[in-house]
Amino acid sequence: MKPYLREKRQFGFDDIPESTAFEAGYLVSVNSGWRSIRPVVNAQKCVGCGQCYFYCPDGVLSMENGKAKIDYDFCKGCGICAKLCKPNAIRMEAER
Amino acid sequence: MAKKFLSGDEAFAEGVRLARPEVISAYPITPQTIVVERLSEMVENGSLRSEFIHVESEHSALSCAIGASAVGARAFTATSSQGLLYMAECLSYASGGRFPIVMMNANRSTALPWNIYGDQRDSISQLDCGWIQAYAENAQESLDLALMSYYIAEHEAVSTPFMVNLDGFILTHTYETVDVPSQEQADAYLPPYETENKLDLQHPRNLAFSAGPEHNYIFKYKAHAAMLRAKSVVAEAEQRFAKVFGRCYTGLLESYRIEDADYILITLGSIAGLCREAADSLRQKGHKVGVVRLRYLRPFPSEELAEAVKQARAVGVLEKDISFGNEGTVFTNVNSALLQAGISIPSYNFIGGLGGRNISREDVTDIFERIESGTERVQFIGVEVDDK
Amino acid sequence: MSITAKNLPKEEYFYGHKACAGCGGSLAVRNALKVLGKNAVAVLPAGCMSAVGFNFPQLCFSNNAIISTFAGTASMLTGVEAGLRAKGLTDFTAVGFAGDGGTADIGIQALSGAIDRGDNILYICYDNEAYMNTGIQKSGLTPFGAKTTTTPAGQNIRGNIRPKKNMFEIAAAHDITYAATATVGYMTDFLNKVEKASKIQGTKYIHVIAPCPTGWGVPVSDTVEIAREIVDCGLWYLAEYENGKFTLNRDPEHFTDVSAYLKKQGRFKHLTDADIKLITESRDEKWRRIRNSWVCDG
Repeated sequence: MKPYLREKRQFGFDDIPESTAFEAGYLVSVNSGWRSIRPVVNAQKCVGCGQCYFYCPDGVLSMENGKAKIDYDFCKGCGICAKLCKPNAIRMEAER
Repeated sequence: MAKKFLSGDEAFAEGVRLARPEVISAYPITPQTIVVERLSEMVENGSLRSEFIHVESEHSALSCAIGASAVGARAFTATSSQGLLYMAECLSYASGGRFPIVMMNANRSTALPWNIYGDQRDSISQLDCGWIQAYAENAQESLDLALMSYYIAEHEAVSTPFMVNLDGFILTHTYETVDVPSQEQADAYLPPYETENKLDLQHPRNLAFSAGPEHNYIFKYKAHAAMLRAKSVVAEAEQRFAKVFGRCYTGLLESYRIEDADYILITLGSIAGLCREAADSLRQKGHKVGVVRLRYLRPFPSEELAEAVKQARAVGVLEKDISFGNEGTVFTNVNSALLQAGISIPSYNFIGGLGGRNISREDVTDIFERIESGTERVQFIGVEVDDK
Repeated sequence: MSITAKNLPKEEYFYGHKACAGCGGSLAVRNALKVLGKNAVAVLPAGCMSAVGFNFPQLCFSNNAIISTFAGTASMLTGVEAGLRAKGLTDFTAVGFAGDGGTADIGIQALSGAIDRGDNILYICYDNEAYMNTGIQKSGLTPFGAKTTTTPAGQNIRGNIRPKKNMFEIAAAHDITYAATATVGYMTDFLNKVEKASKIQGTKYIHVIAPCPTGWGVPVSDTVEIAREIVDCGLWYLAEYENGKFTLNRDPEHFTDVSAYLKKQGRFKHLTDADIKLITESRDEKWRRIRNSWVCDG
């Protein structure tokens, strides 16, 4: 259960609901364009403690096979994860 | 069906009981209090199974009702005057969200100066907030509107909140004999509230969201279209009502002796009875006069009104309202309806009853005479000002 | 069992929102919902979290969620809870997330009413210490000395001249079923309190400090650290109120430097030594009172 990106579509007159009620968790745009820097995980150094996941305001970090993984579609590049990472497994790199 | 001797407030409370609201949230204000007192007693004695929420303000009363409606519960609240103005933010919220809440408003003057008596400036100031607005004339109609309002508001073609207005004291506190239907009849009339416009644990939704310029006006258009559809749903609700309860209503307006009338007085609320009596007396003296009572101000019965007065030579509008710096708002609406229909006859506006000031039979007779002879376009009944 | 990074449920309920990078408020909402689960029915007033989460057709809550009027968080929660109960439902949590202005200023009347009635709701105030959504204006929870766009720091007045309202104790003064303070800096403490509250019948109020990097004038990467430091330096405290009793959850032997905490933030840059002395003295006075009358278990 997680809001997810939907296929692009136009919301014409008939697609707009009669009242202000709509399906929960309906995403039409990403946040990746907000970033000037991006977190990069060094899997060698990552100990899988999950502190980055625990403190991410956007919930874009998840743990897969004991390593941190980032959803770059929705990461805004705040850098909280890198700051909190004790083994320094996350580095902030400039977006190209 | 049982006959009871009830005030307007009490009759409305009986109607609400029969409609079985699941959540009632209300804050006391004169002259609405009797409604919430009776409903509390009904909850206490078990004749009404509702969550009765003692909220701490009118803003919370309607906000709470919106919350209940947003999970698909039938909700009721009641207020008056300052209370209606205090909850004004929530009025547009309820209509924008298309939550079919029913609210009784006891029409009362608004401060300043402070005054607890009846006029219609409270509800008429909120004509644009997106609620259906009906005005009852007597206690029986009050009870019946309590039931019909839910039928209309919750109808899937409408889904719009509904404000039923009762003239403060004159109607809310005056006792009449009222037919109170049985619960079985009421249940046969009013189906349970079903909607998809709700938070739903099985199908999670996000409600009451923001919409930017591109989409926002579509929501507004749809709300407007729904309010217009309410016109035919009112007719449907009344036909069904007649079938189940044997009492007939006449749609958005009620006409009296207008068929051959040259001069018609248009009004609303409890004063209509006196207007009809005055018209009868004048008819006996050979004046061809009639009365139109607007039962609904929103949706506004533009076509119906034009049809009713198209043969008349002049009309007057008697209302307990003034839009300062302009004229009575009902008058503005009436003139617009006539203009749209291409009806070009003199129209006159009579402002009366503000702050509960009495409107006498002589006043009404005088109004008819002025419509017939021609008079100032807008006048306050009984106020003579020396312009020099 | 304590809630940690390891056992926090994986589902994300608040995702894809448009909050500023490093937003403390969104962190509080995100994790509280993970604890409360899919049957959380969330009410959010006009304010940051509703502004960033509900822009049709981008709707960022996967659970049931609704925007209330600014003043109406608690009253709408009451209606939602009563309505669901009237429908025969029991397995849900009616939870509100309102900011400091929505709670301590415009929404305090409705909150007081709900606590007074003992409504079965959970009210979480994410406190970022000003009206951030409208551009950093002073609220009733803006601390003494803070510069906001309506309390500028100039020659004559040095920022906000009044201390923060004490919402935690205001809630407690109603003899509320459960109240607690927290910070997004100490996530386990916050989420344990959310979980505890979700299992209590009655009105629950949790006041969580949720820094706003934009309004506080700190780097967006420092939200969590500054949210820890506010507790470590003693300007905030972690506590609970239950059964008529105040409990202090953490009673540090030594506080870190108040001046260091303040000087990191743009909103306090203008403060003089005398101002900082005043703030430190008022902190010490508060802690004297806490230690005299509250139970200390930390």
